[in-house]
Amino acid sequence: MRKLRLCLSALLVAAMVIAPATLMAAGKALRVAIIAPSAQNDLAFTQSIVDGIKAIQKEREIELAITDGTFIVEDAAAAIRDYAKKGFDLVIAHGSQYGGSLKEIAPDFPETAFAWGTSADTFGLANVSSYEAASDEGGYVMGVMAAAMSKKGGVGVIGPIEVGDAKLYVNGFVNGAKAQNPKIRAKVNYIGSFSDVALAAEAAKAHMAAGADVLTGTAQMVVGAIGAARAKRVPWFGTQANQTSLAPEIVVASQVYKWEVVLKQIIADMDKGVKGGKKYGINLANEGIVIEFNDGYKLDPAVKELGMKTIAGIKDGSIKTGNATP
Amino acid sequence: MVDSFAVLIIVSTIASGIRLATPFLLASLGEALGQRSGVLNLGVDGVMLIGAFGAYYTVLQTNNPYLGLLVGIGVGVIMGVFYGFITLYLQAEQGVSGIGIYLFGLGMSDLLFQKFVGTPRPILPFMPLHFPVLSDLPVVGEMLFQHSIIVYIAFGLVPVMGFILKHTTYGLNIRAIGENPEAADSLGVSVTATRYSAIIIGNSLAGLAGAALAIELGIFQQNLTNAMGFIAIALVYFGAWSPKGVMIGSLVFGLVQAIVLQCKTFGVIPRSASDLAAMAPAIITILALVVVAKRFKQPSALTKPYVRGS
Repeated sequence: MRKLRLCLSALLVAAMVIAPATLMAAGKALRVAIIAPSAQNDLAFTQSIVDGIKAIQKEREIELAITDGTFIVEDAAAAIRDYAKKGFDLVIAHGSQYGGSLKEIAPDFPETAFAWGTSADTFGLANVSSYEAASDEGGYVMGVMAAAMSKKGGVGVIGPIEVGDAKLYVNGFVNGAKAQNPKIRAKVNYIGSFSDVALAAEAAKAHMAAGADVLTGTAQMVVGAIGAARAKRVPWFGTQANQTSLAPEIVVASQVYKWEVVLKQIIADMDKGVKGGKKYGINLANEGIVIEFNDGYKLDPAVKELGMKTIAGIKDGSIKTGNATP
Repeated sequence: MVDSFAVLIIVSTIASGIRLATPFLLASLGEALGQRSGVLNLGVDGVMLIGAFGAYYTVLQTNNPYLGLLVGIGVGVIMGVFYGFITLYLQAEQGVSGIGIYLFGLGMSDLLFQKFVGTPRPILPFMPLHFPVLSDLPVVGEMLFQHSIIVYIAFGLVPVMGFILKHTTYGLNIRAIGENPEAADSLGVSVTATRYSAIIIGNSLAGLAGAALAIELGIFQQNLTNAMGFIAIALVYFGAWSPKGVMIGSLVFGLVQAIVLQCKTFGVIPRSASDLAAMAPAIITILALVVVAKRFKQPSALTKPYVRGS
């Protein structure tokens, strides 16, 4: 009887030790939280990360929590801390504006993996990863096509604040337009806000009044600009998510972020015990960035061909986007 | 001779300023009426947001922007009834309850949007009106006579409200209650009923402002107003509680925004100063407020609940 008890006890202890590892190996639900500035279905920045994690959910069990609409950084900071306290495995702070908060919070939770972007800064912390999008690449492709489409020799860009992937996209677009047509008037208007839809609409109207006949823009507030472009039937190039549904008659193509490419790498590293300290990125070459054309838009085949050649050139390194403020 | 392109840009800038001023004007007019009766409503932005969603959803379902405007007004009326009950019957502190209304509007509009719409979908916006002869006039035509109907409603309300406040018994009652509710009450004016009506009209204009914004833009998204309601409250102080003053304040704010946009478009403002320039409308409003606040007195009974005999 005593031997039987000893055997049972040994089995129980072994089960307790082995079970967590077995469960992990069998794909125990990973708890992931996303904190993002705008609505999770904004057809822009926030939706791109949500779509990314949902793509991974098809392959792996993930318990997902989302706090969206945190335009106010203090609200985002509270949510980041709260998820870490609740023991989430990976907390993603999806916004360049959240870096300062994350730098303060992450050291308090060394067992939690944090990721944030778009940025290349991990603050030297072992549990913080950063990710960024080479949005200048898609921007460059769009700029080349926009310049080829413009009949008046003018293209307009609406940006939020000159930071992060917005800055990269805008610079890439302008560089691409100028590479295609050195005489092009490529005007940029940073409206100073990620959320002022009305101002973005007026910025689009200002561009059109100034002679721009092809427009683009980046960040959540561009829904207003797309509406203004739609009213005048001016072609629009989208970024961050596929924006065709907002104006099928004018959206030519969209640069779409496939964040699942970096999220897979981050999670794979977490499985190996690496909680952070690394930088990740999406680009055309690793297919974290793809250009999705709107089949409903009658695009000149020559322009599309030009776009495809530019994509190929950037992928093989023969075309450089000249990632600097023009 | 002025270059024709320069004229085109000036015309476009002024037209843009008028469009940008419109939602501010509608919301400010409503807030001014409420404040003249002694009630501060810090929840304007929340009411605008719910009005915007109500209008957006109506147009999405019916393709009728005019019905959308009516729904925006209706939502404002409901919010006014709600706010009046809180401040007049429950005697809640106006500043705090106004913030509550704002937070309610911010959350509720987003919740309803996520529940019933989800991904932003475009709606039929207002088309610019075309007035025979006037719309075709050079320069002035595009500047003043090619706007959507909501612009003319907003600016048309300025003289209407000015007339009501100055030349009608109702307006006199509102002003009297805002200055000295005890005296007005002793003369048989119902303080509660008059304030209630002013709150409802004020909120309906805030709802209309939100509706106008959503329909003009042809879209709704989370926090669409981007704190416009708070600027509208500041413009009431800027305009010294008069409809004409509020209109001037709204136009100044809208025009400064439009001028800054044009300057950025043409590179007059360098990109390095872009974010700083974006603050210009707010800074100018604050500076004007400092000047105006010294010259004009706010309604004496503003924010003070009235209890007969207390």
